[in-house]
Amino acid sequence: MLNTLTLTEVLGKLKRKEISHAELFADLQKSYAQNEKLNVFLTMNDKLAEDSEAAATKALMGVPLAIKDNFCTTGLRTTASSTVLDTFIPQYDSTVTRRLKEAGAAIQGKTNMDAWAHGSSTETSQYGRTLNPRNPEHLPGGSSGGSAAAVAADMAIAAIGSETAGSIRQPSAWCGTVGLKPTYGRVSRYGVVSMASSTDSPGPITKTVEDAALLLNHIAGHDPYDGTSSTNPVDDYTQALGQSIEGLKIGVIYMDIPGLAEVKSLFEPQLKVFEELGAHVEYAQAMDPNHAIGVYTVVQRSEVSSNLARYDGVRYGNDRSHFGDEAKRRIMLGTYTLSKGYADKYYLLAQKVRTLFLQDFARLFQKYDILVSLTSPGFAKKIGASESSAMFGELEDMLVEPSSITGLPGINVPCYHDPKTNLYLGMNIMAPMWHESEMISVADAFEKHTSWNSWRNAEKQ
Amino acid sequence: MKTQIPVSHIAKLANIPITSDEEQKLQAAFEETLAVVEELQAVDVTDVQPTFQVTGLENVTREDTIDETRMFTQEQALANARATADGYFVVPQIISQD
Repeated sequence: MLNTLTLTEVLGKLKRKEISHAELFADLQKSYAQNEKLNVFLTMNDKLAEDSEAAATKALMGVPLAIKDNFCTTGLRTTASSTVLDTFIPQYDSTVTRRLKEAGAAIQGKTNMDAWAHGSSTETSQYGRTLNPRNPEHLPGGSSGGSAAAVAADMAIAAIGSETAGSIRQPSAWCGTVGLKPTYGRVSRYGVVSMASSTDSPGPITKTVEDAALLLNHIAGHDPYDGTSSTNPVDDYTQALGQSIEGLKIGVIYMDIPGLAEVKSLFEPQLKVFEELGAHVEYAQAMDPNHAIGVYTVVQRSEVSSNLARYDGVRYGNDRSHFGDEAKRRIMLGTYTLSKGYADKYYLLAQKVRTLFLQDFARLFQKYDILVSLTSPGFAKKIGASESSAMFGELEDMLVEPSSITGLPGINVPCYHDPKTNLYLGMNIMAPMWHESEMISVADAFEKHTSWNSWRNAEKQ
Repeated sequence: MKTQIPVSHIAKLANIPITSDEEQKLQAAFEETLAVVEELQAVDVTDVQPTFQVTGLENVTREDTIDETRMFTQEQALANARATADGYFVVPQIISQD
């Protein structure tokens, strides 16, 4: 089944003419039978074959990619999983999808997500939740849950997601995929439905680290349409693959937070591989990630209340009565934390604590080249779990929020598989800003020297 | 410490229509969320400057010229509007007639 191949494998086989596009599409088509149960794709691109053929001679050879439904795609419905945008057909492309098309990718379809990317479960989608393909009694995580599930279910060769605080890495951890969140400003936000503008970061969700590096090559770099995108030079991230990590100093953080008991004993033995590869590993004390929950909650709600003020149903979309419960909660709380008399108490305080996190990471990166932690404090939760608390997402994302509010890059790699439940644990590998290459080298080395990546272990035809 | 949040007033400021049933649920959700946020009060931020953005970019500008590559035609601009008239958007009335 060609749909189980990685992006790199598909490109190689197409190049060597071992497979045809028609054969690839036929196998992908068969995989779509799972959509009725898993609810991964909201909209498919009817013109996929046509688009793919037109791009076949370019670098990405017309290979289809699944795109999270908050990226504007010309002529293809974009809802951000909210009925406010139920009939919205973008008249322009996000910079990410434009660049991918220019590089020869074809848009396969648009994947389900938490509505407006508000959440870590896909349960806030107004088009129904997505189920975890590894175990459908469990959630895929979110907000890029549809993109991670598409990859995990082999319904896509690779996918694009976006992260504000955990939305690429956490669903990747729960679905056993690779998810790369670049440095804030590395990848343009232009044409992405805004959530929290000071942390939103588009990135790839893939089967292997190699595929993530390849896709990052095509989407990274300055964009004149996004004033917050960086002009810093972009590496060839595929050059970071297969590099030695000997002598690297790796700090392990967040192992002493309460509630990790079950997964801590499964995670810690995985760190040995870094030592076997010649890196120095030690436990390090970082600022309490609990405080990042407070910072992120205030900053995110405040920015949401501003960003979602534009949805008035005049130029596009439906009116504000269509917002779901989670969006209402976030817009209103943000309105409150920015209102007169409360802005200092909440918003300004949160931004000051954010500074402390930046200082703390600066201190840690003086001593270590790379930091690692668990991505999520546990395995994928059961369906319905997000309905228990208005703070569900923040608690699940606690270990990735500090690096998100400080703009650091991070990548999730599968680091444990439970044969009883078929669920995965994810490792979050973080680097200083703009140091994606070092992070990719470490992730790639881990992936190649362990057995947790389901595609690297699989028997391929 | 319980914070009394003026939910209906915030709903009005945010232009979000809510029912009285929703108002009660939102009150409870806000209390739960703010209880977590309140924990920040314990952090010493004396002499700490706030961080509003992390990349350090300043005064990002562009030439004041028209970029014709991303200009919408009138038809494209109106393509997603629910209500249009004579090539214009129809907007809700905000000024009373008398």
